Amino acid sequence: MHQIDDDVELARDLLSGKEEAFDRFLDRFRTKIFQYSYLMCGQREDAEEVSQETLLKVFEKLDQLKEPENIRAWVFRIAKNACLMKRRKSIFAPERELSLEELIPAGDGQGVERKLQLADWSALPETQALNSELRTVLEQAIGELPEIYRSVILLRDVEELTTEEAAQVLEVGTDVVKTRLHRARLAVRKKLDGYLQSARG
Amino acid sequence: MLSQYLDAELPESTCEEIRQHIHRCPPCVQFVESLKRSIDLCHKYSSSEVPRPIRQDVRRELLGAYRKMLSARGRASGL
Repeated sequence: MHQIDDDVELARDLLSGKEEAFDRFLDRFRTKIFQYSYLMCGQREDAEEVSQETLLKVFEKLDQLKEPENIRAWVFRIAKNACLMKRRKSIFAPERELSLEELIPAGDGQGVERKLQLADWSALPETQALNSELRTVLEQAIGELPEIYRSVILLRDVEELTTEEAAQVLEVGTDVVKTRLHRARLAVRKKLDGYLQSARG
Repeated sequence: MLSQYLDAELPESTCEEIRQHIHRCPPCVQFVESLKRSIDLCHKYSSSEVPRPIRQDVRRELLGAYRKMLSARGRASGL
């Protein structure tokens, strides 16, 4: 069964008061919320707190979830708002906030510049899980994005929410999600490309 | 547009146009491939930090909130 169907069924079970669904929900969503919060806040302690606050709110207010189909968007929206309340400096944050223009040089993605040197991506193992070095580079790449881009790439590409779900979480239109996602992806691709080039050289 | 292409969110005719262009342009092939791989890495990503095991008192508090919500919901619907 598709993951989203599992989540919807889980939401239905929770709402209908099947208590075994309580632990299933904790198992399934606690790690996801933590992971999202960890990269949003960039602090382990903040992510622990955000996860706990989010779960408490979810169980307190579950009766306000009108459509079980919206469970993922609804949960992540609560998590997103809890993250916004944390203002500590992220361990991933650059010395000063970089603009996306600094992260994606002109020409990248809009007609590839002739001069543009690309790394050899075929060297990356296709099936294997990320090794710890690559994972760290990816965490940094996502972590140093400005918040509006960081949030969209985490929801769409890491948590694999749909465009519509991400739009609900972020309270913007689907076109905004698509535009921001593309720019976020270009910046992350760029960072990984730089890493692969230096690893090779 | 490239992202929507990779997410299969574009009409088939537009996809075909993009495919036609990309295949005639080696740097584009390479660029699109690297973008695709970069997105794949995000799909595979799981954080280096995992949450600590849930404390029993926290679990009890959450379960209490869940039960309270259920009983309020039951009262509201007259069950």
